[in-house]
Amino acid sequence: MHDISTHPVAHHAPPETFIRKYIFSLDHKVIGKQYYGLALVAVFIGMGLSWLMRLHLGWTNMSIPGLELLSKNGAPGGIMTPEYYLQLMTMHGTIMVFFVLTTAPFAAFGNFFLPIQVGAEDMPFPRFNMMSFWVTFVAFLVLMASFFAGDGPSLAGWTQYAPLSAVGAVAGPGQGLGEVLWASSIAIFCIGQLLGSLNFITTTLDMRTRGMSMMRLPLSAWAWFITSVMGLTAFAVLMPACILLILDHVAGTSFFVPGGLVLNDQLQPHSGGSTLLWQHLFWFFGHPEVYIAIIPGMGIVSHVLIANMRRPMLSHRVLIYSMAALGVLSYMVYGHHMFVSGMNPLSSLAFSFPTLIITIPSTIVVLIWIGSLYGSKLRINTASLFALGFISMFVSGGVSGFFLAQPSIDIILHATYFVVGHFHLVMAVAAIFGIFAGTYFWFPKMFGRMMNETLGKIHFWFSFVGAYCIFMPFHYLGIAGNVRRYQAFVDDFMQPLIPVHKFITVAALVTGAAQLIFLYNLIHSRWWGEPAPLNPWEATSLEWSTPTSPPPFDNFGGKHPVVYHDPYQYGVESSTGDYVMQDSPEKVQSALPEEA
Amino acid sequence: MPAKTGAGLKPEFVYEASMAKIFAITIVLIAIGSAIPIVLHTWYLPQDISTHGPLIDEQFSETMAEAGISFLAAQIILAAFIWIYSKPAAGTKIKTFPGGAMGLVIAAFLLVGTEVLALGAFGAKAWASVYFTPPAANALTIQSQAGQFAFYFRYPGPDGKFGQIHPELVNEGSQNFFGLDLDHDPAAKDDIVTAEMAVPVNREVHLLMHSKDLGHSFFVRELRIQQDFVPGLDVSVHFTANKTGKYEIVCTQLCGLGHYNMKAYLEVMSEADYETWLKQQATMQ
Amino acid sequence: MATTVHEPPQIKPSRSPGVGGHNGWRNLVPSDGDLRAVKDYSPPPASTGIWVGLAAISMTFAALTSALVVRQGSSDWRHLSLPAILYFNTLVLLASSVTLEMSRRQVATFMGGVGNQAVKPTRWLYLTLLLGLVFVAGQYAAWKQLSGQGVYLASNPSSSFFYVFTAAHALHVLGGLGGLIYVINKIKNSVLRRSTLDAASRYWHFMGVLWVYLLLLLWLKL
Repeated sequence: MHDISTHPVAHHAPPETFIRKYIFSLDHKVIGKQYYGLALVAVFIGMGLSWLMRLHLGWTNMSIPGLELLSKNGAPGGIMTPEYYLQLMTMHGTIMVFFVLTTAPFAAFGNFFLPIQVGAEDMPFPRFNMMSFWVTFVAFLVLMASFFAGDGPSLAGWTQYAPLSAVGAVAGPGQGLGEVLWASSIAIFCIGQLLGSLNFITTTLDMRTRGMSMMRLPLSAWAWFITSVMGLTAFAVLMPACILLILDHVAGTSFFVPGGLVLNDQLQPHSGGSTLLWQHLFWFFGHPEVYIAIIPGMGIVSHVLIANMRRPMLSHRVLIYSMAALGVLSYMVYGHHMFVSGMNPLSSLAFSFPTLIITIPSTIVVLIWIGSLYGSKLRINTASLFALGFISMFVSGGVSGFFLAQPSIDIILHATYFVVGHFHLVMAVAAIFGIFAGTYFWFPKMFGRMMNETLGKIHFWFSFVGAYCIFMPFHYLGIAGNVRRYQAFVDDFMQPLIPVHKFITVAALVTGAAQLIFLYNLIHSRWWGEPAPLNPWEATSLEWSTPTSPPPFDNFGGKHPVVYHDPYQYGVESSTGDYVMQDSPEKVQSALPEEA
Repeated sequence: MPAKTGAGLKPEFVYEASMAKIFAITIVLIAIGSAIPIVLHTWYLPQDISTHGPLIDEQFSETMAEAGISFLAAQIILAAFIWIYSKPAAGTKIKTFPGGAMGLVIAAFLLVGTEVLALGAFGAKAWASVYFTPPAANALTIQSQAGQFAFYFRYPGPDGKFGQIHPELVNEGSQNFFGLDLDHDPAAKDDIVTAEMAVPVNREVHLLMHSKDLGHSFFVRELRIQQDFVPGLDVSVHFTANKTGKYEIVCTQLCGLGHYNMKAYLEVMSEADYETWLKQQATMQ
Repeated sequence: MATTVHEPPQIKPSRSPGVGGHNGWRNLVPSDGDLRAVKDYSPPPASTGIWVGLAAISMTFAALTSALVVRQGSSDWRHLSLPAILYFNTLVLLASSVTLEMSRRQVATFMGGVGNQAVKPTRWLYLTLLLGLVFVAGQYAAWKQLSGQGVYLASNPSSSFFYVFTAAHALHVLGGLGGLIYVINKIKNSVLRRSTLDAASRYWHFMGVLWVYLLLLLWLKL
């Protein structure tokens, strides 16, 4: 009789060889760490690029020692050329958005912790999971390769608007091979993410252990689930867009290039394409993408805060529904990037309404967080500091959205530093704070050691104050009319604003240097940190029930946990103190009244 | 017996009231510090020289007030809660925010919902004044062309008609920026092509926008006008400048290495000065 | 969050982990603690997984469709006559779905222990595979026919979309063929899980449905 049983299978034998253990591993925990490592390398490269950009903006004609080694043509004598600034800017944005903000909060932590939080041994398709990391890694290599292309990487910004991105090398340095490498890298990246989403969705829906209903999932698990559904739809649209872009480059098609264009006095051999088509396809992906960057952070921050407030959020369900609402609404707002693009002005108005309405779930989330702080027992440690800092940053970044959501105000703020300030506060700061909160919180479980708390707090203070010093002034610059994506400010109008740029540059260098404290802490603690107790935060979710830190190969040591409780039973009286773990059979009376 | 909360946890991971207080103060200082340059208008909107600008500026101020209040309130309350709840006395019980989650959800819908819908509805008026009103019949029509890395402008000349643009005839070297067929196109012969844009004050201008090569954008901060050039699609805007002076026209859509330097000047002149200027430009063709 | 107040349940040691140990939507442990009452069924991941994959593929083709609709509005749009062989290819692909269903019936009877246990039910699967290959070959023939007429990828916008759509679909069909080979291999050499067969079949049938949609789209728009 052949076995055609229907039970989901995630078992695979423990790896024996070095390659199977650390390189081509099927274990979701190793894959999660690999993604984290990739994001770590990417974030330091991206940050280094931002330093170069800031140095150039503050002191445009200064020679940056050693820069000529990175690019002979781009920085002869160490002085950055205008095109090289744009190329570094393009790479900065691309690396940060794709290889840091999509990778760390979602792929890294999600891969490591989602299966454990649902009570599974692994994800259901471990080979696809392994492939998703290596495909993403290849995408990263392809993108890095563009630094070494003949005239450098693409200079069209991470948004790659056509026709600049589509007509080829005639548009400028880096728009030949560099551009093709960019588009190829991103298309490959999309495939990696789709494979990842496949695993996240099936893990959440099909691999939950006994007793784990959807509503008993921790908020971080819900955030990863919502994000993976969004990723499925968003990346599946960006990929064909990139392929059409590549075809316009190498195959002579005209998807995005209209006729009648003259570059270098030569009529370009294209006709009939639509530049707005690229914008629609890109932003249909691009807006959900920024929510893909922030929603895992919301889940992680909620999860970390709850353990440190010693109480559940005011309403578990409301947070879930709000995150889901953000995910759904994010598809309807994308036209707000195109208010003055030449699209029908009625469409602009149409897009502005959902954009304003998306404020509501964002506000609900913030109000629930702040409202849950009321009457809590707040523990202050590095993880909770970053989580609280996330709230402050998200509020700051969010309110500038009020302005940009209105087309009439967008007329004066579009393409200024106001926009740059807005998205850096929500993405570069808030989302990164989410990553930090997750790192300090989960490090003991991932590596069995505590990170150094003093260094952590120093890292937090520099980051929090420093980030505000860098990005708050961007808003003033934007209001005053400082246009973005300029490599230098050569006109009279801009001269009074240059001292502000110098201040920002100094703040950026200092804040960036402080991140090295984090890197040191991470590496040092990994091997020499203080051994961590199994449940150092007295937390309740399943990852803290694993028999060892790091968890054993099959996460729970041969057992399958049975879940008896909601995920955040804090504020109760139990044998362990003021909390009871999700898989503890102990009967408890909740200290809180019945809540939704 | 239930174990004491935090037992086994090192002190630096638990209730650190002093750091919480410093954090709370920092948040408040940053919030107030951020608001100061806005309130004092240290760096603020450039002067407005357009007839539709006041609607936009008013919209901006209202939004700033509402955003500012929300920002300050949220940061201060966050700071207050961090201060208050980070040093719980022994035996304190967890409390629930009055009204619970539902109260906050309702507050969000009511406050934010009405506020944003009001902003949206009122803002539509400002938007409509720019985009949903047709240009006046006697508007002065000027065509602007954006290309790597310069703006050029074209006035229709005495015949009031623009000559046809032939992309294949564009030649920077011979200064045929618009690709005009001066030999065969009578409408093109009297077109006046300039590198700067002059307009008479208090006269409506209908600006046609044509892209030579890529995406660019036309932004005059003081005029409160920003509009992308769309290759393959001719778009237009209209405006009335009500103050003389010289203003920058800057490109705000990334177009290549010269993007930072791609600008022209808008000169708003009296009617008489404008006529003089136009005659002078005509002789230089 | 509801208060949970209940007696700890007795866990039966005979329940081996992994078999029915994963829960669906309503799996809260009941208050009398009797785990036997807990619903154990959860959809097999392969089933959810294939729907996820089909959703992603649908989004990709939806994006390409919207690109086509926008592009079609341009003045340089030219009509493209679809090569006749496409209709033959369509029949071949639909026939392959039929043969796949035949093979599923055979596999079911085999798995049920009925019929000839010595012969593994791969004949109809091989036929499906063959028909799939014929389809891809037929698509290639269509491309050859067009290029023979001087219509290439970049010749005009409609030809661009023709090649992009048909190539994208053919690539996914090749992936489906890989899935069928995997199924055949499992039957012959190890254990074929029912969910694997279902997933592969669903994917293959979707390729047929997708192709019919594309054919209609190309016929209407090009």
